[in-house]
Amino acid sequence: MTERVAVVEKILSANDRLAEDNRRRLDDGHVFGVNIMASPGAGKTSLIERTLGELGGRWRVGVVDGDVATSIDADRAAAAGASAVQVNTGGECHLDAVMLHGALAEMDLANLELLIVENVGNLICPAGFQLGTHKSVLVASVPEGDDKPYKYPGMYRGVQALVINKIDLQPYVEFDMEYFRQGVEVLNPGLETFPLSCKTGEGLVAWVAWLENHLAALRAN
Amino acid sequence: MHELPVTESILEMVQRHAREANATRVTDLYLVMGQLSSLVDDSIQFYWDIISEGTLAEGAQLHFERVPGELFCLDCGSRYVMADTTFACPSCHGLHVQVVAGDEFRLDAIDVQTPEDQEQIEGEAVV
Repeated sequence: MTERVAVVEKILSANDRLAEDNRRRLDDGHVFGVNIMASPGAGKTSLIERTLGELGGRWRVGVVDGDVATSIDADRAAAAGASAVQVNTGGECHLDAVMLHGALAEMDLANLELLIVENVGNLICPAGFQLGTHKSVLVASVPEGDDKPYKYPGMYRGVQALVINKIDLQPYVEFDMEYFRQGVEVLNPGLETFPLSCKTGEGLVAWVAWLENHLAALRAN
Repeated sequence: MHELPVTESILEMVQRHAREANATRVTDLYLVMGQLSSLVDDSIQFYWDIISEGTLAEGAQLHFERVPGELFCLDCGSRYVMADTTFACPSCHGLHVQVVAGDEFRLDAIDVQTPEDQEQIEGEAVV
């Protein structure tokens, strides 16, 4: 004999609760947090470097770098002028709220205005794990192909902005921008999209303006 | 790979709800997973068998309800399963469509045994 107990609870609710706690810590410190997600090689670290360059020291920036191993990315962010904390996930394919919680404890949030979280390079797993940042951003890149929204729809669902990196390579690879954008529009209607090239710098200004506008709006509250 | 933390999260939820129900054993779990959640049933089952050992949910049966990604055409009202290479409406070929199913990612219910159930079973065995 058994009885049925109704649960109807979202899996990962424990992660989501901790993500809310992370959000409160960021809000208390008036720090605007962004979670940058992408496949390996799409250009997350390059985007962060170029963003730090464009910001030109106007804001104090912290970077949390999630990686399976090594501190190469955190070192690059530190070299570009941010205070960086490396989180080695020990084989885990994504950052979760617990890992960010630990990283935040190592950071002096009172002396930061912007926190950039570089997630582990992966187009599947990070989407399910809320971190508590204010915005989640997906970085796609032209050489990955125009079919990514169709192959990894989950990743495109929960983000608030999309960067399309390496647009300078468009003449050399098969990438139907219209087809790509149609898929994105279905999965995430009205998603703010920033085609750019970290190599040439084209399009960076609009992306950085988006970031700074949100940052300024948060700090004005 | 992320099925391990997902499975740990499921175990935490199961134990919490089982305690609230005063259960002595959990026999079945009913999970609903949308296609867009990108989780692999077999991996969850694999991790479950390991991490549920020694808990009151050890050996519980996992039941997966897979929900396909579905789209709804805002122009002609068709509802259809998401294809691999296009999201266009198969009826009117339009792209004015929205996702209406596939994001699910939840534990719906568990079957439990309570001390009263146990007494009943033992009572029946005596008869």
